[in-house]
Amino acid sequence: MLFQDVVSRWPMILNGVMLTIGLSFVAIGLGIVLATLMSAWRSLAGAWAGYIVDAYVELMRNTPFLVQLFMIFFGLPQIGIRMNGLEASLLAMTLNLAAYATEIIRAGVDSIHKSQVEAGLALALSRRQVFQYVILQPAFARVWPALSSQFVLMMLASSICSFVSVQELSGTAAIIEADTFRSFETYIVVTVVYLLLALTLKLFLNWLGHKIFPQVSGLARLDAKAEAA
Amino acid sequence: MPAVLIDDVYKRFGELEVLKGVSLSVEPGQVVALIGRSGSGKSTLLRCINGLEAINAGRIEVAGHVVDQDPKKLRELRKDVGIVFQSYNLFPHLTVGQNIMLSPRITQNVPTAQAESLAREVLAQVGLSEKFDSYPDNLSGGQQQRVAIARSLAMRPKVMLFDEVTSALDPELTGEVLLVMEKLAEAGMTMLLVTHEMAFARNVASTTVFMHQGKIWESGTSKEVFANPQTPELRNFVSAGAK
Repeated sequence: MLFQDVVSRWPMILNGVMLTIGLSFVAIGLGIVLATLMSAWRSLAGAWAGYIVDAYVELMRNTPFLVQLFMIFFGLPQIGIRMNGLEASLLAMTLNLAAYATEIIRAGVDSIHKSQVEAGLALALSRRQVFQYVILQPAFARVWPALSSQFVLMMLASSICSFVSVQELSGTAAIIEADTFRSFETYIVVTVVYLLLALTLKLFLNWLGHKIFPQVSGLARLDAKAEAA
Repeated sequence: MPAVLIDDVYKRFGELEVLKGVSLSVEPGQVVALIGRSGSGKSTLLRCINGLEAINAGRIEVAGHVVDQDPKKLRELRKDVGIVFQSYNLFPHLTVGQNIMLSPRITQNVPTAQAESLAREVLAQVGLSEKFDSYPDNLSGGQQQRVAIARSLAMRPKVMLFDEVTSALDPELTGEVLLVMEKLAEAGMTMLLVTHEMAFARNVASTTVFMHQGKIWESGTSKEVFANPQTPELRNFVSAGAK
């Protein structure tokens, strides 16, 4: 086996890694914001808002990411909306992630006991303020592990963006493979890099969770107490 | 003008009629205990006073507000009417100080520094000055309930409602909560409390109201009600409580 041909192209691989990380972080950031807004809208605006958000979530969760990406990159230009591969990738990733994250955040919001909402209302907070100050943070804290896995899955799914000629890690791999004809070595290296990326992201998100939600353990204990009671 | 005026109030949950024409008037500074069996409607009545439950008929006025389900009017009312729940309902993701400062800051636009001194003041009032930076989960039930009282007091309410606030507490922790409430009563706070603590009702409340089957069955000064119950239902209830 000749890894040298592949490894010697490390600057290309590094560029691919950077693009994969960049795409993932921007999509995760925008996806969280969008998902939070949709969750708030679903909770606060009437039944119709709920139906619209549900329809969106079901649409995105029950169609392949590749088809969503192609729709944006190849389909939309036909009605006059043009963007390059990178923009289409970012948009597709954000919209896809937002749908999954909305569903996860909904579970978190539903897990907050009605008595917390009542306490907020009794303190003269509006429903929006209750959502923002009372519900949102504990809801996020509860579902942070589930959100974290979804973020890792999205990072891995970004490999599909190579289909619209974005040279992230997988796109780079295809080029190296074509140059060197060393398919096996190329994909061994890429597999290891993806594995390292995913594990690092997971560790980072765990650390971040403990940082932003220092009372996560406290919530877990509260849940345990509630179950015991 | 009474601080709380309840006029012929009816409340149904589906088919179940919980309040069947309740009328009650509470003067400023008065402490009224609501007693009765579970299901007699006393907690529901309390929750109707700050609009947590909507009434089906009748009229409630409290601290100069008419209870109405319009969200804006309800918020104005709730700035003047505090409620403390059986299960404390502190916000677990906020420290004690943040729990207390939250509403003054966002509903009354109190500046942070001022909100903090207000929070420290009400915490001192319930004897928990040193817990400002603790999380609720690290406090005992009695301490959490005292923080919940402080959180309500920080709104500078004109009327305070207490919904079985000691029922979830171990017997050795009820005393510290009752003591705080007794001090509030002495300071002239208008209070309505649903309670199973008969000794507290007798000693601290000026008036005791006995509810039975969704109606005010009997009421009077606490001394009278406990020493000389007129109806067999209240006699049974009082003697069962004395055991």
